[in-house]
Amino acid sequence: MKRYLLTGLFTSLVFFSFAQNPSGTQPQTSSGQLQNNGIFGNSGEIHGNFQSDFQYYFRDPEIDPTGEFFPDERFLAAGFTNLVYTNGDFEAGLRYENYQNNLLGLPEGFRGQGIPFRYARFKKDGLDITVGNYYEQFGSGMLLRAFEERGLGLDNALDGVRLRYSPVKGLYLKGVVGRQRLYFETAEGIVRGGDAELNLNEAFSALSRSSWLITTGASFVGKYEQANDPFLNLPENVGAYGGRLLLQNGGFAWSSEYTYKINDPSADNDYIFKSGNGLLSTLTYSRPRLGVMVAFKRLDDMSFRSERNASLIDAQINFLPPTTKLHTYTLIALYPYAVQPTGEIARQAELTYTFKRKSLLGGRYGTTIALNFSDAYSLDQTFVEERVIGERPDGTPETTPRGTKGYTSHPFSPGPIKYFQDVNVEIKKTINRKWKATLSYFNFEYNQEVLERGVSAREIMKREGGAESQSLVYINAAVVELLYKIKPRHSLRMEFQGMFTQQDRGDWAMALFEYSVSPKWFFAIQNSYNYGNPDPDKRSIYPLGSVGFTLKTTRFQLNYGRQMEGIFCVGGICRVVPPSNGVTLTVTSNF
Amino acid sequence: MRIIIALSLFISSSIAFAQDGNFSKLPNVTVKDLLGNTVSSEDFENDGKPIIISFWATWCKPCITELSAIDDYYIDWVEETGVKLIAVSIDDARNAARVRPFVQGKGWEYEVYLDENSDLRRALNVNNPPHTFLLNGKREVVWQHNGYVPGDEDILYELVQKLARGETIK
Repeated sequence: MKRYLLTGLFTSLVFFSFAQNPSGTQPQTSSGQLQNNGIFGNSGEIHGNFQSDFQYYFRDPEIDPTGEFFPDERFLAAGFTNLVYTNGDFEAGLRYENYQNNLLGLPEGFRGQGIPFRYARFKKDGLDITVGNYYEQFGSGMLLRAFEERGLGLDNALDGVRLRYSPVKGLYLKGVVGRQRLYFETAEGIVRGGDAELNLNEAFSALSRSSWLITTGASFVGKYEQANDPFLNLPENVGAYGGRLLLQNGGFAWSSEYTYKINDPSADNDYIFKSGNGLLSTLTYSRPRLGVMVAFKRLDDMSFRSERNASLIDAQINFLPPTTKLHTYTLIALYPYAVQPTGEIARQAELTYTFKRKSLLGGRYGTTIALNFSDAYSLDQTFVEERVIGERPDGTPETTPRGTKGYTSHPFSPGPIKYFQDVNVEIKKTINRKWKATLSYFNFEYNQEVLERGVSAREIMKREGGAESQSLVYINAAVVELLYKIKPRHSLRMEFQGMFTQQDRGDWAMALFEYSVSPKWFFAIQNSYNYGNPDPDKRSIYPLGSVGFTLKTTRFQLNYGRQMEGIFCVGGICRVVPPSNGVTLTVTSNF
Repeated sequence: MRIIIALSLFISSSIAFAQDGNFSKLPNVTVKDLLGNTVSSEDFENDGKPIIISFWATWCKPCITELSAIDDYYIDWVEETGVKLIAVSIDDARNAARVRPFVQGKGWEYEVYLDENSDLRRALNVNNPPHTFLLNGKREVVWQHNGYVPGDEDILYELVQKLARGETIK
């Protein structure tokens, strides 16, 4: 409490003192040199944004028979306000957050209200200093990424100090130290790290005209967390480092990052004493109207948290980029991929091509086609001998890898457990001035046990039947999306989705109609129908109506309807959304 | 309670500065161009002509619909008003490498930057993409809009034309 108060007061005081100093200009002396009057410009500016969600729930026995997901509060509200003050090279800001209580499906750790995010940042003599909270990323984020994803309720902002400095042209240095945000507290562990990036073409004049563009970088991230486990001698300091390279020539770009982490026993890896590593390599080629990408990724025990017992989205220091395409259509998004930090081998290939206007396939307005393939497998693991801790019902010994070195794995060959596969095609076409169409086809193989229930590859391998006992969900799906311009500023958007599978919840169909009047209004109605559910009692419909109103930078949206149980993902991190029925009002604004 | 006092103090001290969401100066934040070069938002320039800054992402459908719709007429817009569209991608590491082939595959001729750590997005208080800012010849933010529905691009262009004629936007 006291801390928030002090923070607020301090910031207010800073603002007051400078608000009353309009002469913070930079007058020139006779010698023409700038007189140093501090880091402030002529006048400051305050800006911010605001969002609030209010949700009222109805008891709906059809989608939630036992009422386990029906919130006690009936009415939930959550929101935030950001305020940022900038004046020349000085910047200060805070975020007030408010959860009364947090909305259904979002982490319950967010309760109550407060100012969990506040910072000041200033630049002086080329040094860029941030104190307080900040977001940061080194390279692709495999070692460090402090970020927020509001939709998931994820915010692992660091609270501490960050320095950025560029001593010579083309060389960028960053240093961070702090603790990660964990709801309204900070995580146990201390995170510290440094990153250097060198753009050779900027740094060396001899290379400035080279057709090769080369950027290289290196980072180190360490964490400290006290350990007092009675049985295991856990490392209190865990270090991780990595290097990266971006090479470009003409339309080609090749970007790779390799990371290594010393042994880091945690709840994620069953407390094994094994080092981790990660490799992400992406090659792209592009020229006008053509884009090609291939990517390879291998992760081996790369979960990295500043609290070793944390789970879900808590206290993650790093971010392991998914190498699958992100799908946003309602039904298609029911089978998303989530990165497996304990280990995976994944590939992706994508091609985007736009046929020329007025060509055979391009038609009058051109046609864009996108092909995408991705898959992910377990690692090819050889497990060490594990400690026996009991007996299974079938008489075989129950073992744990806890305290051992866990396993060894083949560096490139994929393991026997398939996590995911996605083949999809998208064709976009402007038919005429009135009509635009997008056709998509999707084919998924989805390991539900691993991706939704968190069953590990080790558990599958060790149980009866081993790799043979894995069961995948096979899904075919298609979407037709049409946009019809009725008259200037009036348009109708339609989606027709079908998703077909013999497993899990069976077949689905969905239709959406969205009428919008630019720039202020939109009205949408959609209905999803799980007509193929193997359980006839669960062949439910999920209707949802929405109205949106935009007033320049303020936006209101009202939804009423049923939300199906599913998984909501952003950036490969997912949360389970419980089934619900209710009215939601969302207000967002900028100022 | 004390938080509320602190907050209200904070707000009251700042009322003098509140300017209806319109930045008189673009915040100075670094982003990267599609070749990996570091670029400061202070260097967003268009020789005294209007600039559109559009926040988007490869996974954001309305963003792509908007940028594609503008792309249909962009050549005419540039010819008539000299406007420049700067498309700032907020794609994270998952999709950052995809942005360049994506943009080229679409055939867009916008100036595109990557804001991988969402630094510029936060500095301009963008909640969710698409979010569009319009800057006048003095690089002052004079208008902004959140979301996209078909037809919004026509309104945007009317404003661009006004700016190009030297009129002000209310």
